[in-house]
Amino acid sequence: MRRIKAINQKAVRVERYVEAERAAARQADPADPDMELDVVGLESSGPDGPQIPFGCTLIFSPGWETDSGGGTAGLCQPVERDLFDCHLGCFWPAQVPDQLNNAADWTSKCAAAQKDWRKLDLVFP
Amino acid sequence: MSTRFAAREYHAVEAEGLRFLYLVPSAAVFCADDAASAVLDRLETAPDTLEGIEGALSSRFPAGEVRSAVADLVEVRAIGPEGAEPEPMPVKAPPEGIPLKTMVLNVTSKCNLGCTYCYEYGDDRVVEAGTMPRFMDEATAKQSVEFMLGEAGVGERCHLTFFGGETLLNFKLLQSTLQYALERAEAEGKRVDFSLTTNGTLLKPEIIEWLADNEVGVTISIDGPKEVQDKFRVFNNGMGSYDEIIPRVRALLRRHKSKPVGARVTLTKQNLDVIGTFRHLTDDIGFWEVGFAPVTTADGRDYAIEGEAYNEMLRQFEELAWEWLEYAVEGRHHGFSNVGETIEEIHKGFSKSHPCGAGVGMLGVSTDGNLGLCHRFAGSEEHRFGNVTDGVDRAKQVQFLEEHHVAYKPDCHSCWARPLCAGGCYHEAHTRYGSTKAPNLHYCDWIRSWTDTCLQVYAALAVRNPEFLKHFEH
Repeated sequence: MRRIKAINQKAVRVERYVEAERAAARQADPADPDMELDVVGLESSGPDGPQIPFGCTLIFSPGWETDSGGGTAGLCQPVERDLFDCHLGCFWPAQVPDQLNNAADWTSKCAAAQKDWRKLDLVFP
Repeated sequence: MSTRFAAREYHAVEAEGLRFLYLVPSAAVFCADDAASAVLDRLETAPDTLEGIEGALSSRFPAGEVRSAVADLVEVRAIGPEGAEPEPMPVKAPPEGIPLKTMVLNVTSKCNLGCTYCYEYGDDRVVEAGTMPRFMDEATAKQSVEFMLGEAGVGERCHLTFFGGETLLNFKLLQSTLQYALERAEAEGKRVDFSLTTNGTLLKPEIIEWLADNEVGVTISIDGPKEVQDKFRVFNNGMGSYDEIIPRVRALLRRHKSKPVGARVTLTKQNLDVIGTFRHLTDDIGFWEVGFAPVTTADGRDYAIEGEAYNEMLRQFEELAWEWLEYAVEGRHHGFSNVGETIEEIHKGFSKSHPCGAGVGMLGVSTDGNLGLCHRFAGSEEHRFGNVTDGVDRAKQVQFLEEHHVAYKPDCHSCWARPLCAGGCYHEAHTRYGSTKAPNLHYCDWIRSWTDTCLQVYAALAVRNPEFLKHFEH
């Protein structure tokens, strides 16, 4: 539900029912042009199942988030880890140099991102 | 040709600048955003196709937003294809085995007051005086407890209410029954709590001690300040009861802190000062909560509330309801129990097949041990549902519940307030129209206006202090 918000307990139950029906309809016929797909960053095995990130954001690494104070100092991994995220976990050439074909040694001077991130340089094809 | 959509059954209220929808019959409450609200505005004027709606709203909202608003509103059935038949109401008696939650024990049919408007003794009585034993005996009370525990759900809390006549005229029976119920409940692994209603005239220190020690919830029937109380609530010799009860009630309120003590006010044409009475009973006397009910009466009695008097009552109810909201926003207790009860039903989304739990989770027991629809019918042969020894007459119960389903009240079918009202009190209908099956058409406008106010208060509270609504989630 995007345009109406459940307020009372019955509405929450109605909403759950509708969402389950929609999920079932999508599963039954993903190609149905009448089924307007919601764009969501989470997928779930059912209306009550756990919701997990899908696609390239399988893990939420620093850079995607802030710490409880709204900054980046208290993250569980250094924020600079983000520089590597999209080309190690999955290939995403638009954001970082293409390390597979054209810039294989792009990170060679950067052993520890938190300390050495300044040594990462631009790559000119 | 594309489907034309039309508004379906809902009641909209505005609160805090937002539009809230009370959907009928689901009783779900949704808050609509601007796009959904604009779609509803459009369809309330005339049915239209999706393309038509998109076109009309294109200057204000992208087509995608309008489309998802339409999809959401269709799914919750706020709108639907034009001319679609309303879905048929499933007529089913509640399934067997619904546990008994509340048993009201009429421990005596005798009273030491002679209130003019009394439904038990007055002109509108259901049971003729003298047809019942004046007092319930101990064997019947014990059998009633056995019946209640047998019908109560495992592990559930059930509730035993002592009622009259004047309940405290049979105080000895209250003592022995409470003790017996506690022992038997413990042996059965069930839990029971207690309450009673009294006119307050017989409260004395040892009774007050007993009430407090045993955590008995107490409701005092009282109509307000002296001049109001003494108008109808009089002793048999005509003397007013105010001076007699007030010191006793004050003593009760001082000592009894284990359960909230409430006041229950009967409103009549001569007593419509709701706010004055509320202030007197809470601020001056110290009641935790005060509930008001218009007198149940046949039409034409000189104390009956009619016509303009309903509007006056409503105006004051509304004033107290908005005051209740301000208290709730600050997380404080207010004490106007009529609004709290309705807000709870709205929050849970009750959609009633029957107006109340009478005959389902609640039964009344007359002094001779017969089961009645509720305490107001206890002792009436016509409304008997078995007795505490042989149990509930299931066939009669099922027949009653089927015949009294809101589906058989066509007058209610076009009313948006039916999920909460379902036709109103059986006893009121019986008194006014001679049949428990009749919807209470004399107060429809009143119920709709009051429900509308409560919906506004609810919606405003959901925006301003949603945490407070958790109080209603027990």
